[in-house]
Amino acid sequence: MITFSLAFLVPADPVRMIAGRNATPTVVENIRAQLGLDRPLPIQYAGYLARLAQGDLGRSYMQRTEVSTLIASRLPATLMLMAGTIFFELLIGLTAGILAATRRGGFSDRAVMLASFVGVSAPHFLVGLLLLYVFAYLLGLFPLGGYAHGSLKHLVLPALTLGIAGGGWYSRVMRSSMVDVLRQDYIRTARAKGLKERKVVLVHALRNAILPIVAMVGLDIGIFMSGAVVVESVYGWPGIGQLAWQAIQVIDIPIIMGVTLTAAVAIVLGNLLADLATPFIDPRVRL
Amino acid sequence: MTRTRSMLLAAAAALIAMASPGSASAAEAMVVTYKDDVSTLDPAIGYDWQNWSMIKSLFDGLMDYKPGTGDLVPDLAESYEISPDGTQYTFKIHPGVKFHNGREVTAEDVKYSIERVVNPKTQSPGAGFFGSIKGWDEVSGGKSETLSGITVVDPHTIKFDLSRPDATFLHVMAINFSFPVPKEEVDKLGADFGKSPVGNGAFKLKEWTLGQRVVLERNADYWKKDSPKLDQIEFQIGQEPSVALLRLQRGEVDILGDGIPPARFLEAKNDPKNKGLIVEGGQLHTGYVTMNVKTAPFDNVKVRQAVNMAINKDRIVKIINNRAVPANQPLPPSMPGYDKNYKGYAYDPEGAKKLLAEAGHPNGFETELYANNTDPNPRIAQAIQQDLAAIGIKANLKTLAQSAVIQAGGDGSAPMIWSGGMAWIADFPDPSNFYGPILGCGGAVQGGWNWSWYCNEELDKMAAAADAMTDPAKKAEREEAWRTIFIRIMDDAPWAPVFNEQRFTMHSPRIKGADALFVDPVHIPVHYDEVTIAE
Repeated sequence: MITFSLAFLVPADPVRMIAGRNATPTVVENIRAQLGLDRPLPIQYAGYLARLAQGDLGRSYMQRTEVSTLIASRLPATLMLMAGTIFFELLIGLTAGILAATRRGGFSDRAVMLASFVGVSAPHFLVGLLLLYVFAYLLGLFPLGGYAHGSLKHLVLPALTLGIAGGGWYSRVMRSSMVDVLRQDYIRTARAKGLKERKVVLVHALRNAILPIVAMVGLDIGIFMSGAVVVESVYGWPGIGQLAWQAIQVIDIPIIMGVTLTAAVAIVLGNLLADLATPFIDPRVRL
Repeated sequence: MTRTRSMLLAAAAALIAMASPGSASAAEAMVVTYKDDVSTLDPAIGYDWQNWSMIKSLFDGLMDYKPGTGDLVPDLAESYEISPDGTQYTFKIHPGVKFHNGREVTAEDVKYSIERVVNPKTQSPGAGFFGSIKGWDEVSGGKSETLSGITVVDPHTIKFDLSRPDATFLHVMAINFSFPVPKEEVDKLGADFGKSPVGNGAFKLKEWTLGQRVVLERNADYWKKDSPKLDQIEFQIGQEPSVALLRLQRGEVDILGDGIPPARFLEAKNDPKNKGLIVEGGQLHTGYVTMNVKTAPFDNVKVRQAVNMAINKDRIVKIINNRAVPANQPLPPSMPGYDKNYKGYAYDPEGAKKLLAEAGHPNGFETELYANNTDPNPRIAQAIQQDLAAIGIKANLKTLAQSAVIQAGGDGSAPMIWSGGMAWIADFPDPSNFYGPILGCGGAVQGGWNWSWYCNEELDKMAAAADAMTDPAKKAEREEAWRTIFIRIMDDAPWAPVFNEQRFTMHSPRIKGADALFVDPVHIPVHYDEVTIAE
């Protein structure tokens, strides 16, 4: 509803974008009537909902293709990038977070906190181009962007670019959560039993400390489903972000609505997944 | 044992395939990159940077241009005749030209395709180009489906009756919107025709992976035996221009569809390795500042002339790394009708201040300058802002999304607009296209593109008279008439012309062809049918 109204509040006219620069006012009004955009907004919205209930997201104004087809064509790349990113986020975030928490106040701790700060703050565009230039152009280890029907080689750099930023957040959350858990009585008990420190941290403490991270992964699933515009464009990755960004430029309302809807569903699903996963990690939590 | 070995072999093969995507066909396929999606390849609808030239290679219209020039030549038409009064055009269609589905192209197809464009149900951005054909108002208003001005004389002869003599009509017959489409395929595919186009051109569609790539392959049945020169063209979509440049340097890409990225321009241009790979040419483009003549203080011609004298065009051209030449009149230098001898308003801030004082603004005034928010337009707008400040005009910048600026220009709410990134590139190489929509009374309407709202009835009459000179023998006279019109406009100064963009096309060493093919005024970025790949 909000997206729908917002799309119409933009001080620009989608019909004029379709009609082009040679259109006379009559042509513009004819096209407006063809699209039903001359009817009052509530009626347009009701019409949209009615079609949506039948699974019809409409056709793009500019491309004239079914929005569902367009979104479906972008889904594999988006899902793949999401999986790759979450993998790197966890890899970087957990390793760095645990390292920092167990050596609290030490050099590693400070180094990790500084690195995570840089990772979080560095613009994706810059990190992306830098990784691309060094690892793809100079060293030739990875291809210079592209998707190539889901080859892992093409996935590494874009996923790493996003993973560095996400990993920075994860490591900070992981560190503070781990620090809290390590203060708990049961950890002291475990240590008193004579368990090795490695086992105490990785088995006993991690299970509890990781819960906030699981919730974050759930959120990320939703966020990445609406696309990662910058990284997608640097690497030529055909994800949903590119589709949405181009649609916004030309006020292609059906696509904007479709992508927003997909993202909303994904956020709900992501949170649900995180909630469902929690009891497996910490059996004390019941649904 | 054998099984393990064949599995290993298969894995190795897969790895090699992964390592060098597309290398199997690299020998004969030209690779072109674009940042944005190809929206459609339906000639009735496609009107963007990416698809414009692709459609020209998939379809042939009655007229075309000699490769590398703006000179009209018959294409699908074998010959044509213009009645002495210039209101009747008759075309003989080349017999035996076939659509990609094997059926012959006839006069019926040409009629159907133009009527389809004008029909509001098609929602075509090109409907307005056919306004001079009789019956246009009825079809465009939805009252009729057939244009009374088009007659199919026989399968290979088509006659157009116009409501007014129109010297630009041959150009209109060369524009994408006039290209014939087969009715049976449009009926079958409906709105999806644009994703599976069936044309009659040098290339046909081989593959389209949404958001990733479009592959065109040679039309083996093409009626021009020496065309096209390439077997395949692969368009890779979603490619960031600066990454595409790196890929070109590594030999993975042949043509940068979006050009050399501005940030890398000087570096690429000065690199000795790129010698001979970057071709420079003119473009049918002018960038200008519009001043809304309907609102104060720009209703005073002296104020508008002062703005013309205040802007330091040489500095602005430097800001964009000399990718343009300074302009002093609406027409670009490569357009017929351009006046070489016209000097325009020279840069003169002191004189500008004097004019402002005479106009009753000795201390300047405050106004708004709208601009598109994509680079380099905000930087150019800032330079103009500084120049205006120097003569006392305080212009507040409004850098907005393209669609919002177009809206503000079309509804008359913007006092000044920097046109960069939006206007104007001519649809065809004729001066008429630089007048009607952007400087004539017809464009000074709600939603129009005449953002100055300049409307000079006398010049409109002169323009109509110039466009009535349809006799090819009067070409020079017609050019002269247009030249006069545009210089008269500059006396009223509704615009401050700033520069004409130059084109710089970069290609890989293996792509060959005359320089003119790489800066073709009509086929942009390159003439896909004519360039070749060296072995």
